[in-house]
Amino acid sequence: MQHTIRRLALLAFACAGLSACTNRPQSLYQWQNYQADVDSYFRSDKLSPEEQTRQMEEGLQKIKANGATPPPGYNAHLGLLYGQQGRPDLFVQQIEAEKLQFPESEKFMDFLLRNFKK
Amino acid sequence: MKPIQWMRLACTLLALILLTGCATHKPYDYTAFKASNPKSILVLPPINDTPEITASNAVLSYTTRPLAESGFYVIPVTLASETFKENGLTQANDIHATPIAKLHEIFGADAGLYITISRYGTVYQVVGSASIVSATAKLVDLQTGAQLWHGSASASSDEGNNQQGGLAVLLITAIVKQVVGSLTDESYRIAGVTTSRLLTAGTPGGILYGPRSPRYTPEIKP
Repeated sequence: MQHTIRRLALLAFACAGLSACTNRPQSLYQWQNYQADVDSYFRSDKLSPEEQTRQMEEGLQKIKANGATPPPGYNAHLGLLYGQQGRPDLFVQQIEAEKLQFPESEKFMDFLLRNFKK
Repeated sequence: MKPIQWMRLACTLLALILLTGCATHKPYDYTAFKASNPKSILVLPPINDTPEITASNAVLSYTTRPLAESGFYVIPVTLASETFKENGLTQANDIHATPIAKLHEIFGADAGLYITISRYGTVYQVVGSASIVSATAKLVDLQTGAQLWHGSASASSDEGNNQQGGLAVLLITAIVKQVVGSLTDESYRIAGVTTSRLLTAGTPGGILYGPRSPRYTPEIKP
C-alpha cells in the first residue's frame, strides 16, 4: 500500500511537471483570478460582492507589485462591482483606468460613464 | 505470401491512405480577416442549445483570456452583459439578432464573436462519467457584416485518461472523480479548455494574432 501511494505521488508529480511545460511561453497579461472572478460574478450565489471586490483588489496589488499589466476588462469589471455597491467614485476611477490602459475601450467606457452613473 | 498476410498488407495500406487523406486539410482562407484587421472583439453572450442553463455564462466567462493573449482587446464581458440587460435583452438569441450597427455604436468593437454551445455537461458512461463542452463560433466585422472567421472546438474531462488501461485503474479514476469537486465545477473547467482551443491564435484554422500580440503580422499593402 505504502509503495502504491509513493508511485501514485510520483506519477502525479510527473504529470504536473509535464503540464507546466506545455504552458504558453510568455503571457501578455498577468491574469490573477480574473476569469474565475467573472465566473463568480455570473454565479451570484458563490461569493458576496464585497468578497469578490476584495479578491480583485488583492490581485490588482499583486499585478502592480510585479510591474505587470492587468488583462482587458480587469479594471472595468472591478469598477462594475464598486458601482453595484454604491461607490460611483470608485466606479469612475476604475473605468478611467481601463480607458487609459486600453484606448480601444474608449467608446464603450464613455458610454458607461454617461449611462451607469446613478 | 499467405492470404492472411496479403490481407494484413492491404489493411495497412488502406489505413495509410485514409490517414494521409485526413492530414491534407484545405488551408483556411483568411482574406476577409486580414482585410478587416480587427483590434477589438465583443463576445456576445453565447446561444445555448443544451438544457444546461449555466452553460452560456460559463463559456462566456472563459472567452477573454485566449482572445486577449492572442492580441485583441476584449470588451469586458460582465459590463457588456449588464448593458444588454439594461436594454431589455436577456436572451442570447435576441442579442445575436441585434443589428451590428447598434453593437458598433455602443461597444465600439471592430468585430463581434457569435458563439453557439452544442454540448455542455455530464455524460454518464459504463464506468464513471465525463464532462463534455462543445461550441462553434464565428467572427463578424461589426461595420461591414462580413464573416471573418469561423471554427469549432470540443473538450472532455475524459481525455488522456484512457492510456493507462485496465479496469482497476478506471474504477479508481471514477471514484477519485466523484470525490474531487462536484461535476458542475468540472464542467466549468472543461468550458475553459474548450474556449482556449476555440479562440487561441496560431492553431491550424484558428483565429489570427491581433495587434497587441508580438506575433501579429500586419498585412503589407501593395
